[in-house]
Amino acid sequence: MGVCAKTDELIVRGKQVYDVNVVRKDFPILSEIIEGKKLVYLDNAASSQKPKQVIGAIVNYYEHLNANVHRGLHTLSERATAEYEGVREIVKDFIKASSVREIIYTLNATAALNLVALSWGRQNILKGDEIVLTPMEHHSNLVPWQMLAKEREAKLVFLDLTADGQIDLSTAKNLITDRTKLVSVTLMSNVFGTINPVREIAKLAHAKGAVVVVDGAQGVPHMPVSVKDLDCDFLAFSLHKMLGPTGVGILWGREELLEAMPPVFGGGDMISSVHRQYSTWNELPWKFEAGTPNIADVIASGTAIKYLNALGMENVRQHEIDISKYVLNKFDKLGEAILYGPKDVSKRGGVFSFNLEGIHPHDLGQILSDRGVAIRAGHHCCQALMRDLDVSGTARASFYVYNTEQEVDFLFESLKEAKQVMGHVAIR
Amino acid sequence: MSLSDDLYRETILDHYHHPRNHGTIEEPSATVEGINPLCGDELTLFLKVDDGKIAEIKLHAKGCSINTASGSMMTEAVQGLSLAEATKSIEAFKNMMLQSKDTEVTLPESMEELEALQGVKKYPVRIKCALLPWNTLMEGLKTVQTPNGNGKARLEVT
Repeated sequence: MGVCAKTDELIVRGKQVYDVNVVRKDFPILSEIIEGKKLVYLDNAASSQKPKQVIGAIVNYYEHLNANVHRGLHTLSERATAEYEGVREIVKDFIKASSVREIIYTLNATAALNLVALSWGRQNILKGDEIVLTPMEHHSNLVPWQMLAKEREAKLVFLDLTADGQIDLSTAKNLITDRTKLVSVTLMSNVFGTINPVREIAKLAHAKGAVVVVDGAQGVPHMPVSVKDLDCDFLAFSLHKMLGPTGVGILWGREELLEAMPPVFGGGDMISSVHRQYSTWNELPWKFEAGTPNIADVIASGTAIKYLNALGMENVRQHEIDISKYVLNKFDKLGEAILYGPKDVSKRGGVFSFNLEGIHPHDLGQILSDRGVAIRAGHHCCQALMRDLDVSGTARASFYVYNTEQEVDFLFESLKEAKQVMGHVAIR
Repeated sequence: MSLSDDLYRETILDHYHHPRNHGTIEEPSATVEGINPLCGDELTLFLKVDDGKIAEIKLHAKGCSINTASGSMMTEAVQGLSLAEATKSIEAFKNMMLQSKDTEVTLPESMEELEALQGVKKYPVRIKCALLPWNTLMEGLKTVQTPNGNGKARLEVT
């Protein structure tokens, strides 16, 4: 059994001390030569790379397990179903949820957040109600609420930010009021890297009877997460940002809330009995999962989480704290760079948005790309926030389990070269 | 020569650091905002048309080097042209940018400098940066020729 053997091997390795150079060997793409340059991949906030164990799980599924789930009375279908449903248990443990009934597979974090808006939101948000967000939300945790608010004549309210991109808790208690029905906040900003005080916000929200949604797309891959500690009501995240394949997201919700919510999509699998004029719904979690799901990628997502567990999420977080200290020190030495977000590594993850004076982020991204360095340049799906910062965009370097200090060095050498390339006419 | 050197060759950087015809026109025949919300490039084009010719053209731009340089060179290339000639220049430039990256295109002598932007063709995502000023000018020419119009337009590209 290919998958099991590989996973066992991995767990043995995971017991060793965290060694980034050992980790790197599991990621085939990190040896890739692109346009003659060795890849330095610093766009992890957009999507992470995948270890060979995850890629192997996809291949293994299609070679040995492929059949539809929850259907045929044949062995292959039963095996596929067991593997597919088994991942719910892995996800449940990973985020310290109470039951697999609370783990809903979606397409990605965006779909998970939309599911809350379309189901819980449409059922509960009425005219004049307020939905509280932060100005640092990704479009995926802003636009679904705009759509809901428009439909229901509800109002969006935004918490204040401090100058270094943190939520201002001192004004939050005035903005979360009796009119607040829902508060949705990102666990980690994909622009500033800020780790938000979700627990404190949840306390304010619950005191007013509001429901708390957490966008974990950036946070869950990078730190140990417990839905009990966060004290939230819903958590959404995407597997492709945490070593898994694209096309799998998770919505976790409190069971009693999910029980009371109507399904959003109708079709096969989500029903219990179907009649000409009406149907009844399947139980949790399948009530929210209509149609043939993304079986192979869900199974491979289980492998990705096992891989992270083998590394240890505490180790993953510590590695990023170490890299972040190194990066912050480099920015200090570089000077002339505008770095957005908190400087305290205990309050941030390894996402660094910045601008170099006189260089448009797109030009910077291009010059770095020519040296093999992959960063993101643009608005990071936060157009409104870019307007607040009065910039057209930023450059963003984001780190993960396989990034090294040598790669940070190379990034900063490349930034210096970019300054030379862009400045040479002006200097001459 | 690295790709970067190629892309950011001197002509482009010169126009980026010292954009020509940068500014506004007091009483323009047309004002057009050109916006690419996805990449954040924004410009405002001011046109003054006298006797069927472009008497004055100014650009107020906030964009990357490709966008700024393309706009700067464009203002120099179309100054004094009739509206029909300006349309032809737009077509010539767009044709150059939309050809395959391996096709070397020669532009008319008055537009020679713009050939420096051919290097951008190697970077498909940035072709739109180079095209934005030209598409905005096209909108401006249409606006000037719209009877009873208010002379204002907005172009949002994706």
